[in-house]
Amino acid sequence: MPKSGSSVQRAREARPAGKAVDRTGGTVKVRFVINRKPAELTLDPRTTLLDALREHLRLSGTKKGCDHGQCGACTVLVDGRRVNACLSLAVQHAGDDITTIEGLGTPEQLHPLQAAFLTHDGFQCGYCTPGQICSAVGMLSEVRAGMPSHVTEDVGADHIALTDEEMRERMSGNLCRCSAYPNIIAAIRSVAEGGTR
Amino acid sequence: MKPFTYERVTDPQAAVLAAASAGVPTKFISGGTNLLDLMKLEIEQPAHLVDISRLPLQRIEEIGGELRIGSQARNADVAADDRVRKRYPVLSQALLSGASAQLRNMASTGGNLVQRTRCPYFYDTTTPCNKRLPGAGCAALGGFNRIHAILGASDACIATHPSDMAVALAVLDARIELLGTGGATRSVPILDFYLLPETTPHIENVLRPGELITAVVLPPPLGKRQLYRKVRDRASYEFALVSVAVVMAMADGAVGEVRIAFGGIAHKPWRSLEAEAVLHGRPPTLASFQAAADAALARAIGRGHNDFKIDLAKRTLIATLARAAEVRS
Repeated sequence: MPKSGSSVQRAREARPAGKAVDRTGGTVKVRFVINRKPAELTLDPRTTLLDALREHLRLSGTKKGCDHGQCGACTVLVDGRRVNACLSLAVQHAGDDITTIEGLGTPEQLHPLQAAFLTHDGFQCGYCTPGQICSAVGMLSEVRAGMPSHVTEDVGADHIALTDEEMRERMSGNLCRCSAYPNIIAAIRSVAEGGTR
Repeated sequence: MKPFTYERVTDPQAAVLAAASAGVPTKFISGGTNLLDLMKLEIEQPAHLVDISRLPLQRIEEIGGELRIGSQARNADVAADDRVRKRYPVLSQALLSGASAQLRNMASTGGNLVQRTRCPYFYDTTTPCNKRLPGAGCAALGGFNRIHAILGASDACIATHPSDMAVALAVLDARIELLGTGGATRSVPILDFYLLPETTPHIENVLRPGELITAVVLPPPLGKRQLYRKVRDRASYEFALVSVAVVMAMADGAVGEVRIAFGGIAHKPWRSLEAEAVLHGRPPTLASFQAAADAALARAIGRGHNDFKIDLAKRTLIATLARAAEVRS
């Protein structure tokens, strides 16, 4: 990585209101909170959030599928909202609170959605599963907040029922090449109906 | 990905100053959902990124009967905003029909406006593309052009604009607010914001170098008869083959003021003033809707694989107008 050019340096100095990220030898320091623990990394700015998690923090639960925002395997929660970690630069997340599948539950104490995926056999090869589960956590919180979807008949409605059709549409950003979709929907439905989380 | 330097700015003036003074090819980045994808493929190669995602431009505010959507408001937040859902439902519908929930949580309003085409030849760096490399030629013209434009295209480019949101904004008569280098502001009607490809398809809109989109302003709505209809190859998470946005008022049993725009069929959201003129004052019948559809597509040109879009656009418009006429207002 080239060091920041002098023109950039001048621009930074002329910008008291702007806040530039510290730069050391072409890398940037990024501090964020990962699974409730503070983390600090020194990264090439090109590092995606996904690569920061997998390669730098060794949190390999978040999967790299397409790396182009098309499959959803890399879904994590940023400040509680589901995003594609592959289409996001880690430096852009300085200060953010990030939750990965490792932060949702442990083998001893599963998150209700993790338990439901087991109960309902919501996976086959399992590669898309961490993304599916993080996405479902985000989806259920969107539904609780009253967010409409593409299949909501009246986007202005005050109450939106979480039908299977609604769940399928809302989970369309997560592909499952084993096509475990019916069981994924059953797993999510059981948690939504259970009213936990 | 090519190397770049990165800075985060927290004030719009600092953003435009950063872009103006970087001295190297610079891009603003917000959600990154399109830009980062293109950077991975080295189709975009900025040497410096100015992160505008934390600018205080995320709010949606009512000002004098208008709704001002900050350019950094996320697509999901705009779609979920109660005022948008109830007063500008066509905008909610359009936003919710685009991308996935994860992407809508990231993508910004301003970024949605300036996202690049999804023409596969634009993405395939082994084929010529005038948009990617001006003067190189267009592989889509003689290629597999099923998803390409039927209106307003040129021999240099037949790509389409991929945004759903912008099609809704076209029928809401939105204005785009801009902040230029030096602090000058201007407001551009959505219909003047985008350019047709002509001989310079790499120039897609009227943004000047380093100019920042600060807001999208919606004038008071025309009424509740607002619909967005999207036709695509998959039921979800897919770009439009054809989409239609309609805002319609009824007056004395006839169609009053009506605004019609198409997505997926042109280099920009395609507002059809011809169809609107035909429909205005006519009874809301299938014959009227057919006449409007014929007027809208009168100058359409198929390129082979996309010939079907001409009829598809007509049928989609007719169906959407018929539904809009039935909406209780």
